[in-house]
Amino acid sequence: MYKVISTEAIAPDTFDIWLEHPDIDKRAKPGQFLILRLDEFSERIPLTIVSTAEGRVRVIIKAIGKSTYKLCAVKPGDTIADIVGPLGNPSEIDRFGTVCVIGGGVGIAPLFPIARALKEAGNRVVGILGAAKKELLIMKDEFLPYLDELYITTDDGSEGIKGNVTVALQEVLKKEKVEFIWAIGPMVMMKFVSLMAAENDILCWVSLNPIMVDGTGMCGACRAEVGEEVKFACVHGPEFDGRKVKWDELIKRQYQYREEEKQAMEDYVKEMGGKNA
Amino acid sequence: MPEKNKTKMRELDPIERIGCFEEVALGYSREEALKEAARCLQCKNQPCVDGCPVGINIPGFIKALREERYKDSTVILKGDNNLPAVCGRVCPQEKQCEARCILGRVPGGDAVAIGRLERYVADLEIPIESVVKPPVHKKVAVIGAGPAGLTVAADLAKEGVSVTVFEAFHTAGGVLVYGIPEFRLPKEIVSNEVQFVKEMGVEFKFNEIVGRTVPFEELLSDYDAVFIGIGAGAPRFMGIPGTNLNNIFSASEFLTRVNLMKAYLFPKYDTPVKIKDRVAVIGAGNVTMDAARTAKRLGAKDVHIVYRRSEEEMPARLEEYHHAMEEGIKLHCLTLPVEYLGDSNNNVIAMKCVKMILGEPDSSGRRRPVQLENSEFTMEVDMVIEAIGQTPNAVLKAGFPSVQLNKWGSIQADEETGRTNFPNVFAGGDIVTGAATVIEAMGAGKRSAKAILEYLAGA
Ligand SMILES: Cc1cc2nc3c(=O)[nH]c(=O)nc-3n(C[C@H](O)[C@H](O)[C@H](O)COP(=O)(O)OP(=O)(O)OC[C@H]3O[C@@H](n4cnc5c(N)ncnc54)[C@H](O)[C@@H]3O)c2cc1C
Ligand SMILES: Cc1cc2nc3c(=O)[nH]c(=O)nc-3n(C[C@H](O)[C@H](O)[C@H](O)COP(=O)(O)OP(=O)(O)OC[C@H]3O[C@@H](n4cnc5c(N)ncnc54)[C@H](O)[C@@H]3O)c2cc1C
Ligand code: SF4
Ligand code: FES
Repeated sequence: MYKVISTEAIAPDTFDIWLEHPDIDKRAKPGQFLILRLDEFSERIPLTIVSTAEGRVRVIIKAIGKSTYKLCAVKPGDTIADIVGPLGNPSEIDRFGTVCVIGGGVGIAPLFPIARALKEAGNRVVGILGAAKKELLIMKDEFLPYLDELYITTDDGSEGIKGNVTVALQEVLKKEKVEFIWAIGPMVMMKFVSLMAAENDILCWVSLNPIMVDGTGMCGACRAEVGEEVKFACVHGPEFDGRKVKWDELIKRQYQYREEEKQAMEDYVKEMGGKNA
Repeated sequence: MPEKNKTKMRELDPIERIGCFEEVALGYSREEALKEAARCLQCKNQPCVDGCPVGINIPGFIKALREERYKDSTVILKGDNNLPAVCGRVCPQEKQCEARCILGRVPGGDAVAIGRLERYVADLEIPIESVVKPPVHKKVAVIGAGPAGLTVAADLAKEGVSVTVFEAFHTAGGVLVYGIPEFRLPKEIVSNEVQFVKEMGVEFKFNEIVGRTVPFEELLSDYDAVFIGIGAGAPRFMGIPGTNLNNIFSASEFLTRVNLMKAYLFPKYDTPVKIKDRVAVIGAGNVTMDAARTAKRLGAKDVHIVYRRSEEEMPARLEEYHHAMEEGIKLHCLTLPVEYLGDSNNNVIAMKCVKMILGEPDSSGRRRPVQLENSEFTMEVDMVIEAIGQTPNAVLKAGFPSVQLNKWGSIQADEETGRTNFPNVFAGGDIVTGAATVIEAMGAGKRSAKAILEYLAGA
């Protein structure tokens, strides 16, 4: 059992949660994730480790379905049945020169530890943070100390550049030479950033978040074709060279359980007496 | 396999059982058990015992049973087998003890139903005092709580060794909880057996993946010896075109969702599982039968088992194959899928297959299937489950970098002792042999426990 230390709503349906864990802080590195099972009935939910402190770990969650809504409803003092982590391979952090880190939506959260590590390794870090609208833009202030430059994009233009992150990336690439790109966000965003990176011949790391079950390489649910090979995102990734990912297939795999997810959510809303949706 | 003289075991009716996940085989009543036990000839040379991978004193427990000394029978059984309620249900007895039974070797005769008797005695749940010796002040780490790990843990704990089991999942049992379905092995039985191990003082650390969340090296320095029993959990895919289409699953994913995460109770339990009308399950082992029968219970209209060899080569436990057939599952032998076809949403809609014929025997001794020319045909399916085998877990190489592997990527360990290239590291079960059986994993655990004790005594 793992205790919930604190929770905070940082944007609509988005929560910043600290959990107690005896030793994950000693092992977790940027780019890794954990899997959490709320209670006996719960799914195994993969979440990126945003940061750690002694005896605790931080996750940022966007409620999009039954499991994430249930999770966002936890209160300090509640307990979580199981946490396993860190899982996945850490990001390859080194001193590369100029790097561009791109986060979209809740993908901004998993990008944070990577951006910080890249800055601490001595890189010039250019950040692009994108959201649908101003209220959904998270963690801006936290990123500032680790970015040499920050671009913000919103779909509706309520803050920064109107448009998506690739518009800003285009501008960056016009201005300076970028050695590496990191992009984390919705799959479609990662796909278009990867395409632009490929055109400019830049390695683009993306963090894949396919549907997972065990997270330890034992089921193959998370498989994706990368460079003509079938890879399991949980153990071979989650980061891959986005230029080699077969995106369209992966994006369709992501919706495999759509009907079941809808049913689970509808039942949950009913159970909660119509609230929460 | 028509049974003539063997006492039949009552079973749920096929029509009733495909609508639920209740256990199919109902077990013997006392009368039935005594009747069956009376058939045993108490052979002096005990051929059945030689057929048992852990050498259970079979005539002994049967004798005690028929003399209605139930506790004695339990003591004899548990002396050699820590998990009799499990083994009575899932061992391939027709290839082991019962294959050697003298009664089965006379023409037209049936072997004594040793497995069913084993189950009967175990299910009486007669408590026996597990004598735990005083502490010997040695610490052993066991990695993996499957049958191999649980056996090592129990056998060492009995000798006063302090044992900690590290398990990746949130619960103990290995394949017994995430692979084998409820209708064949009720999970309550597994948890009873695990409880028995806990009561001997074994400590369990769940949610710990050695080599990922805990470095293997840390265990090496913190414990006097380490046993690796992490199974062969990684699914294999045939790798034919279309493998990543939607609604194509590994049996591991399908069964893990249903068994470990209880997706058959969705939406009460949050984890979903897919089910479609026409399901093909590829393979013919126990895993295939389990996946096919699970698909049927979840509501698939037609379930087709597609196997590239013939009925004779089928590795599944005979009883499960019969159960599957009774449940209306269709078998397509000598058939090999070569490509999956999908629609515009990437959902699988059909499978291109070829017909096979059997050629010369291969390295496994079974006749090798070869493709029949111009035999291509298409089978319409809207869901596929691949159950063609498992390989060692992907964290093995990275997580245990210094442990020597064999040419199949399994751990290289001595068959008699489980000893690896480290003097204090032992391994057994599927991680050494590749996917095998519960009882073989337990047997390996027993032998390793003995070797570990010898090692600890000398260390
Ligand atoms: C490595 C990894 C890291 C992640 N990190 C974060 C994070 O830091 N913050 C965050 O908010 N979310 C993160 N996610 C996504 C998060 O796990 C899913 O949003 C969540 O599982 C959805 O469950 P649900 O029941 O709320 O939604 P559902 O209604 O079940 O599904 C909504 C959508 O979420 C995706 N999804 C569903 N089940 C899973 C699953 N078991 N695993 C992965 N995706 C799934 C599917 O695309 C689905 O269409 C991460 C996913 C992965 C794989
Ligand atoms: C669906 C199915 C049906 C089967 N039916 C039968 C049957 O009818 N009869 C029969 O005899 N056999 C059957 N088998 C085979 C049998 O279950 C296995 O041979 C047996 O379970 C092997 O035992 P094990 O202890 O070696 O490994 P497992 O049972 O695989 O247990 C290994 C354990 O180690 C854990 N683990 C893995 N990696 C790590 C790590 N790095 N750190 C910590 N823990 C880890 C796993 O989570 C698991 O709990 C079946 C197998 C399957 C999959
Ligand atoms: S071989 Fe058969 S008859 Fe002989 S002792 Fe064993 S179970 Fe009894
Ligand atoms: S989540 Fe099961 S293999 Fe990756």
